[in-house]
Amino acid sequence: MKTYSKVYLTVIFALLYAPIVVMMFFSFNEGQSLAVFSGFSLKWYKEFFKDSVAMNALWNTFLLAVLSSLISTLIGTFAALGIDRMRNKKLKNAVMMGTNLPMVNPDIVTGISLMLVFVFIGRIMLFDHALNFWTLLIAHVTFNLPYVIMSVLPKFKQMDKHLVEAALDLGCTPTQAFYKVELPSITPGIMTGAIMAFTLSLDDFVISNFTSGVDFQTLPMYIYSMTKKTVKPDMYALSTLIFIVIFILLVIINLPSKEERAIKKKKGKRRSV
Amino acid sequence: MFELKRILSFSLICINLLFAFSMAISPVSAAEQVTLNIYNWGEYISDGSDDTVDVNKAFEEKYPHIKINYINYASNEDLYGKLKAGGSSYDVIFPSDYMISRMIEENMLEKIDVSKLENYKYIDDRYKNLEYDPNNEYSVPYSVGMVGVIYDSTKVVSEDTGSWNLLWNEKYKGQILNFNNSRDAFATAQFLLGKSVNSDDKADWLEALEKLKEQKPLLQGYVMDEVFLKMQGGNAAVATYYAGDFLTMYSENDDLAFYYPKEGTNFFVDAMCIPKGSKNIEEAMLYIDFLLSEEIAVANAEYICYASPNTLVPQNEEYIEYIQEMHPDALEILYPQATAFRTESYLNLSEEMRRYESQLWEELMSYGSQDAGIYILSIVLAVGILTLWITASIRKRRLSKY
Repeated sequence: MKTYSKVYLTVIFALLYAPIVVMMFFSFNEGQSLAVFSGFSLKWYKEFFKDSVAMNALWNTFLLAVLSSLISTLIGTFAALGIDRMRNKKLKNAVMMGTNLPMVNPDIVTGISLMLVFVFIGRIMLFDHALNFWTLLIAHVTFNLPYVIMSVLPKFKQMDKHLVEAALDLGCTPTQAFYKVELPSITPGIMTGAIMAFTLSLDDFVISNFTSGVDFQTLPMYIYSMTKKTVKPDMYALSTLIFIVIFILLVIINLPSKEERAIKKKKGKRRSV
Repeated sequence: MFELKRILSFSLICINLLFAFSMAISPVSAAEQVTLNIYNWGEYISDGSDDTVDVNKAFEEKYPHIKINYINYASNEDLYGKLKAGGSSYDVIFPSDYMISRMIEENMLEKIDVSKLENYKYIDDRYKNLEYDPNNEYSVPYSVGMVGVIYDSTKVVSEDTGSWNLLWNEKYKGQILNFNNSRDAFATAQFLLGKSVNSDDKADWLEALEKLKEQKPLLQGYVMDEVFLKMQGGNAAVATYYAGDFLTMYSENDDLAFYYPKEGTNFFVDAMCIPKGSKNIEEAMLYIDFLLSEEIAVANAEYICYASPNTLVPQNEEYIEYIQEMHPDALEILYPQATAFRTESYLNLSEEMRRYESQLWEELMSYGSQDAGIYILSIVLAVGILTLWITASIRKRRLSKY
């Protein structure tokens, strides 16, 4: 049984990571081909940094991801706070349904409907560029929000409500209690939400394609536009770099925090006693 | 109350910061600076990689008061959709022939006064007064090309070449590639049958469909840019694609060879247009003229690898040397002499024919046994899950008895 599970695990991991490994491998290829490895070179990495359109698109993508994840984390955290404090159970459920809906909605529906709204408002207000960076940002915040709420809300539920009461008893104002007691205990949820929002925004293509205007092109849109000719290997190089950065980010986040380590130590001690 | 104020002021500061940020990146900030929005195909301009000319940068250097905002699209239909949706204004776009005629019909393009373009005189007469824009009022040719047949000379005997028939040759079953877009795929059959690719007669299209259905069992697949990988890697023997792209493939795999089928082939023109709603027509004209100048046209032709409609380009010695390094016969392949075969470009089909064409394409895509595998797989999965569920529930019931 054990060997079977090991084989199964290897197969699954191979299937998951083979495409990325192949891409990384060929990002070091001297030639353009994906069939022939003509020699090791860092040529495509250099090429990428010279490609001004791609660099601009990369910068745009990161800018958008950072801004939209920050804003949606801020709004989403307060939304989760509000939902948690709701007394009316039915209303609470309805609001949660409402916030979760955009998650199950296909991207293309979200994209088109947002575009229609923006263009419609733009027509009324007589804007030249109804679609621009701001509409793209609003769209990204919109589809990020439910994920932030989803990861923050359970933390409120897990939290011991008596802690807040104790803080109030000991002379905290409600606001102080929120910042000193509640916020630290929901921070892991906020972090996961922010990272989720960041990665979602980073790789979104469909919604961006519909809601972006002339002034802003993200990296996924740029890569998609290459399909007229062929995707140049400098995109493999870039994807490799992005993968490594995200991988390191995830490793850092998943390292056990100080408290977790402390808890583990305690448990270990107790066992040894 | 006080706290609320604090939160409010904090968020106001945030918003202010955001706006300040936006001013920094927004194109309208500088007073007399003009931003030109260029909407082009991906990989369709010399961009400074591999020590080529960075065309947009060169333009900005020549005209310091103009800033280029350069973005890309992947297909004519994407471009059309983006323009139709509204909400943004572009200054220069690069649609293909049939899309230009559609845009002209739908009044989406500004007229271009070509007499104001200093370099327009270099455009080859062959690419003037074409059907999609009979009076050269709306478009200036940018890049042109023809579809041909690419084959692997180690696998294909040379007696079999010369005609579209090669794509229907049983000998190469499972080694043939055709276009994965309706217009181009139908064109291969239409040329073989000697029909017009712009036919208004439904019977012609039906006949082409039958021909394609006949071909489908022989195909390895319908592909677009995957054709590069398949042909370079020697995974397929016969394909049809653009002449310029053959040169790119050849530089990776010199077993490949190319010919124009004797029954005739499709040629395309991608041209520069100014869409309605452009606020900077004067600057857009400067940009178009700039792209027509010799140095820039040569740089772009070298980068894109397609033929240039600019007569200066095929005479430029540096250019000839460059493409002959890719393939000894590159000049004849890209610029075939007074053509011995029929060439036809796509024109805009009527609304009804467009719908009919896409209906036929759907039919072709679902034709054959390819889909059975998916159904079998899903049935097997469904049965598997069902049996698991039933056994689990039976076991549960048994357990609950005791």
